[in-house]
Amino acid sequence: MTTKEIIRLENIRRNFIVGNETVHALRGVSFTINAGEFVTIMGTSGSGKSTLLNILGCLDTPTSGEYYLDGIPVKSMGKNERSILRNRKIGFVFQSYNLLPKTTALENVELPLMYNSAISARERHELASRALDAVGLSDRKSHKSNQMSGGQQQRVAIARALVNDPVIILADEATGNLDTRTSFEILVLFQELHARGRTIIFVTHNPELSAYSSRNIVLRDGKIISDTLNEKQASALDVLNKLPIETD
Amino acid sequence: MNLTNLTKIALKALSNNKMRCFLTMLGIIIGVASVITMLAIGQGSKRSIRAQIAEMGSNMIMIHPGNMERGGVRQDASSMQTLKLNDYQDIAESTEYVAACSPSVNSSGQFIYGANNYPSTIYGVTEDYLEIRKISIEEGNMFSPQDVLTSAKVCLVGKTVIDNLFPNGENPIGKVIRFNKIPLKIMGTLTPKGYNSMGMDQDDMVLAPYTTVQKRVLAITYLQGIYCSALTEVLTPQAIDEISEILRKNHKIKEGEDDDFEIRSQEEMSSMMSSTTDMMTILLACIAGISLLVGGIGIMNIMYVSVTERTREIGLRMSIGARGIDILAQFLIEAVIISVTGGIIGVLLGVGSSIAVNLLFNWPVYIQAYSVILSFFVCTITGIFFGWYPARKAANLDPIEAIRYE
Ligand SMILES: Nc1ncnc2c1ncn2[C@@H]1O[C@H](COP(=O)(O)OP(=O)(O)OP(=O)(O)O)[C@@H](O)[C@H]1O
Ligand SMILES: [Mg+2]
Repeated sequence: MTTKEIIRLENIRRNFIVGNETVHALRGVSFTINAGEFVTIMGTSGSGKSTLLNILGCLDTPTSGEYYLDGIPVKSMGKNERSILRNRKIGFVFQSYNLLPKTTALENVELPLMYNSAISARERHELASRALDAVGLSDRKSHKSNQMSGGQQQRVAIARALVNDPVIILADEATGNLDTRTSFEILVLFQELHARGRTIIFVTHNPELSAYSSRNIVLRDGKIISDTLNEKQASALDVLNKLPIETD
Repeated sequence: MNLTNLTKIALKALSNNKMRCFLTMLGIIIGVASVITMLAIGQGSKRSIRAQIAEMGSNMIMIHPGNMERGGVRQDASSMQTLKLNDYQDIAESTEYVAACSPSVNSSGQFIYGANNYPSTIYGVTEDYLEIRKISIEEGNMFSPQDVLTSAKVCLVGKTVIDNLFPNGENPIGKVIRFNKIPLKIMGTLTPKGYNSMGMDQDDMVLAPYTTVQKRVLAITYLQGIYCSALTEVLTPQAIDEISEILRKNHKIKEGEDDDFEIRSQEEMSSMMSSTTDMMTILLACIAGISLLVGGIGIMNIMYVSVTERTREIGLRMSIGARGIDILAQFLIEAVIISVTGGIIGVLLGVGSSIAVNLLFNWPVYIQAYSVILSFFVCTITGIFFGWYPARKAANLDPIEAIRYE
């Protein structure tokens, strides 16, 4: 595996001003992530995981500190540059899915490609269709987002994050709403992407999942309290195969 | 930026809100339809007035005494006796651009035939008058130059006069009617022309040799007016110059002094009339334009609401890579689709209602290509103009704030 540094955070702080109070969501976070790592981020609710992920995804800007993406300080990039970066290099799975209402699963997944003029309509359909197959939603492609269960919506959100074949995948509670079997299916998918050299940052509440990643970072009150490498990454596929197949 | 994709996105967004979309369009539809209808009515009346003027002889020139001051007192034009027979003769003989020329003396009074009588006007003219006024003879003959020389007691009668004097439908030709106790034998009838654009009955007239009216009716030697026609409408100014030169010479008017006559031409009249109708058209178009403006503000209002309502959607689009310009373009395209579709429907409706106005009220209408193109253009501009502000607002949203928006 290459050891090329892809993400570098230096003393990132993020304050929110609510009324006349300041909420310190992140209080000086620093780490580097190399290309091809599979990092899980854990921590109690409110510890700043989503805030951190938003910054990593170039959606939010830190109050102070430096963020280098691929060696380039994100601060120096213009709004449009960051948009294009999000569109081509980053796949983001939101904690609250954020699907377009009144829109089919397929159209939702196609959305990032709509903003990439290099991709033709046919390619777009095909890629979106394949992404939905990968998350096990082949039979729900033309269902509208409000006609799907929470777990199905979550999987559409994952498919949307993967459809542009991003270099970095940022997932916020991507398996939070899924049953064990589907969770493992998604985990297998992420491990496959990881095996193909993608960098994955996976926020989760579930401590068991750290076994399947290559590195685990724990946040508390906006600070890193532990950062451990996992030498023996477990295979999600093995677990999936051992799971009893549900029969109805 | 990919326009096809953005258009697809915009269409999809619009189809999610069809009713609202239609209601927004309604403002534009009404605006465009009224612009087109108003311009069609304005143009229609202008054209019909022009056509009527042409029918009356668009190359006609009228000369009347006037503009003279004696001892500082302005004289009433009709009492002036400055136009003489030799003025007429000189114009008739020594001009290049005048095609036809007739003196004019007239008198109003009661015409009597048997037990019927009818008030009308007798016009004393020469046979050229028919050509000048574009009058034709329906039945019978025009009086001859010989009749003019001898002040013959003959006349030609318009339809209105005939209808009133011969209510039983007798053939008027050869009958003798009386005007001021003077018996006049009817030689012919005039082809009816109907009312002119000013509402005057053009068939309410009797024509007789000018000598007859001068000597037998009015007992005068001067002329009340001279009617001419220029060779063509465009040569009217040259003809007027010639006439003016002759009259100034005859009347011994020195250089720098005012004319003691007035020359008016139909060409002048027609341009005056069309400037009046033009003004009316502009006024109508302004009113219609205001409704288009109101329609545009409707678009702005709805787009504005729509941006606020769809803040989360905008945030999401931005977070997966839409740039500010993509969002701007999407909302502008939405606004333009609404306004252009509204424009198309408005054009159809405007053309339809113009035709309806024509059929129901019998008003002349004329739809010009330019009014259709103009409304279309204005629509698109309206869409862009009024869509711009809300679209900018959308494009300037911060993705993460927008996506959290409740
Ligand atoms: N937009 C905001 N305005 C004000 N405060 C905010 C905002 N976003 C986050 N916070 C605060 O920052 C802190 C961290 O929030 P964050 O969403 O990162 O937590 P989290 O670790 O993702 O929690 P969870 O596991 O429940 O999703 C919280 O205390 C929250 O109240
Ligand atoms: Mg969170």
